[in-house]
Amino acid sequence: MKTWSWGNIPVAEHRLLPLTWSDSAPDFSRAEGPFLAYGYGRSYGDVPVNDGGALLQTSSLNRVLSFDRDSGVLHCEAGTSLQDILSFCVPAGWFLPVTPGTQFVSLGGAVANDVHGKNHHCAGTFGCHVLGFDLVRSNGETMWCSLTENKPLFAATIGGLGLTGLILTVKLQLKKIVSNLVDVENIPFANLAQGLDLFKQYNASTYSVAWIDCIAGGSALGRGIFSYGEHSERRSITTPANRQVSVPFNFPSFALNKYSVRAFNEVYYKKGCMGTPGIQQSYYEPFFYPLDKLLKWNRIYGKKGFYQYQCVVPFGDNDEGAAAIEKMLTLISHSGNASFLAVLKVFGDKQSPGILSFPMKGITLALDFSNRGARTLALFSELDKIVINNGGRVYPAKDARMSADAFSRFFPQWQEFEQYIDDQFSSSFWRRVTEGLK
Amino acid sequence: MNKILIVGATSAIAQAVARQLAELEKDTAQFILVGRNVDRLESIGTDLSERFGCVATSVVANLDALDDIDALIQRCWDTYGGVDIALIAHGDLPDQAKCENDWAEFSRVYNVNALSYMAVMHALALRMEKVRQGTIAAIGSVAGDRGRKSNYAYGSAKGAVAIFCQGLRNRLFSKGVHVLTVKPGFVDTPMTAAFDKSGPLWATPDVVAKSIVKGIVSKKNTIYTPGFWWLIMTVITNIPEMIFKRLSL
Ligand SMILES: Cc1cc2nc3c(=O)[nH]c(=O)nc-3n(C[C@H](O)[C@H](O)[C@H](O)COP(=O)(O)OP(=O)(O)OC[C@H]3O[C@@H](n4cnc5c(N)ncnc54)[C@H](O)[C@@H]3O)c2cc1C
Ligand SMILES: NC(=O)c1ccc[n+]([C@@H]2O[C@H](COP(=O)([O-])OP(=O)(O)OC[C@H]3O[C@@H](n4cnc5c(N)ncnc54)[C@H](OP(=O)(O)O)[C@@H]3O)[C@@H](O)[C@H]2O)c1
Repeated sequence: MKTWSWGNIPVAEHRLLPLTWSDSAPDFSRAEGPFLAYGYGRSYGDVPVNDGGALLQTSSLNRVLSFDRDSGVLHCEAGTSLQDILSFCVPAGWFLPVTPGTQFVSLGGAVANDVHGKNHHCAGTFGCHVLGFDLVRSNGETMWCSLTENKPLFAATIGGLGLTGLILTVKLQLKKIVSNLVDVENIPFANLAQGLDLFKQYNASTYSVAWIDCIAGGSALGRGIFSYGEHSERRSITTPANRQVSVPFNFPSFALNKYSVRAFNEVYYKKGCMGTPGIQQSYYEPFFYPLDKLLKWNRIYGKKGFYQYQCVVPFGDNDEGAAAIEKMLTLISHSGNASFLAVLKVFGDKQSPGILSFPMKGITLALDFSNRGARTLALFSELDKIVINNGGRVYPAKDARMSADAFSRFFPQWQEFEQYIDDQFSSSFWRRVTEGLK
Repeated sequence: MNKILIVGATSAIAQAVARQLAELEKDTAQFILVGRNVDRLESIGTDLSERFGCVATSVVANLDALDDIDALIQRCWDTYGGVDIALIAHGDLPDQAKCENDWAEFSRVYNVNALSYMAVMHALALRMEKVRQGTIAAIGSVAGDRGRKSNYAYGSAKGAVAIFCQGLRNRLFSKGVHVLTVKPGFVDTPMTAAFDKSGPLWATPDVVAKSIVKGIVSKKNTIYTPGFWWLIMTVITNIPEMIFKRLSL
């Protein structure tokens, strides 16, 4: 049984078309579609899935076309991974302008989901730093898209979920660094209000994120650890030896339960509280990619797979956003549906060029849930209602279940977007969330 | 060790080796990339130079033309004034059934997979033994360790390359020239695009490249890559022919 996305949901059948050279895009008029580009399958749900159709595998399209070490402008084929880019850019004094919580994603995937990182409040999304890209359409045309050329397709493709065609190359503005270290501080907080205060207090810090224990209820509801950081000015250290370990097989489903997760969260929180206070230096990898050390960690959730739920709600004029998050945390805590990782972050107001881009100014919450079937799905529907009532959104890159109705409320701009879809491209996600809407 | 010749440079395995060698040598590496498609060679060269600051020159050649190979190697040799490491990586995996029915097809792929390798090694040996240094790494295959009905058109050519390498290694050892025979197992590359890649035996070009680079640096004679293929092939080569000929492999 082969799965295609990080959450191991859903199962699907594909015709695979590996692309090796930028001149080797398929002859769309002859091959059978619908088509969808595929990076590293690091989306959680069915955004990179195209059941019954063809997947254009891009991971061999990983060549650098140009790297200007003075200006930090990098142009690569779209299958190049962020890890690969960092491996030669960091020693040259450049860093990704925006990075998600894993470096095992492709440039194309980062554009198509318009990913965000811990610096969204200052830097916006990945798409804000893209200078341009080559887009291959199924009529055989390759178009350079940027803010000045083919701008509508530029805006549609950023956050466009792979539906506008195949991104062949991406040109990106990197950001200057002097060190491969980051200065980091971790600060525990006792409840949600305190956590949100910390985001305000450290608004000027480049990177900020908080981890939340979403099992603790009552007065400890929303307790967690806030962490902020800056690229350090200290001397770089030599690249530490790569000590990755891999989860060798799917865990049995009983391994993750209320008790094991509660114990994990308790230990993690206590460890955070006892950690050395003050600013510490960390190599960039453990700070940005704490989970990448454990390869294939999704197997911990076993064969049934897992869901991630990530939403954003606007702050509101009277802190309605914070109230909504509190309501969601209460529901989750009561549901007893174990969640290891709950991440809280504040998004800023920097506008992405992407039409269908997910982030908006407000509070975002992301949590993992093991797949317990109908119970889990029912909980998500409750959470969706809160998000809808607050004018928020759920992140497609993490989704495998939102209803078409919910989607059209989260993204009313989908109709504006639709005109740019390449008619030979489609995905399981898109078919699901637009079913009955047209 | 910074003048690096790669014959069949557009192969997926060769590209991975080139990147790893470039990373080792950084901006001192000088690559000569030989292959059929100039645009692809250029894109590989650009990748190497933009990433690591090294230099790369593309040389377009069809390796079918055996008589031109000596001149080709001379041209490569002259580009940077010698060759320290040569990797020979081109290859053509034919349809066995077609070869059984069509001698011309058999002879064409034998020419590419065996004779052109020998011609390249022959030309390099003459030049390297004079300067008394250099490394020649040739990509054979586990398929060359024993003839099987499903792929002996390819396997016998790879086997011939391995035996040629043995002889050459023996000849050049005293001249300070190192000959490495690389025997990959199943590697996920365009050559095997049509194969079902499930199952635990498939390796990535990066993994194979890592052991090739290690084999070059530590002057190994023959490597199986990934290493477990040594065990598999030891078992397979030890099955008595009496039994083997009856098997469907
Ligand atoms: C541990 C972990 C942490 C994460 N943290 C974050 C985070 O902090 N912030 C965040 O925003 N996301 C995060 N994500 C999600 C991840 O960053 C995105 O899903 C990303 O887009 C995955 O990239 P990929 O290359 O694997 O693409 P895939 O998942 O393979 O594909 C994603 C989409 O991109 C499209 N696509 C891929 N390549 C191309 C191309 N060449 N041309 C056109 N379309 C293409 C696909 O069609 C699909 O629609 C995280 C994921 C994991 C597993
Ligand atoms: N993949 C495996 O499972 C496997 C296993 C064992 C051994 N090998 C061997 O490993 C080596 C590398 O193969 P690969 O897997 O990396 O395959 P690949 O990516 O398909 O590369 C094959 C290369 O051979 C080149 N080529 C073929 N005929 C040629 C000719 N007449 N003249 C010049 N170049 C020619 C091709 O050039 P173009 O780009 O111009 O087409 C291509 O670059 C080959 O020797 C192969 O036999 C592979």
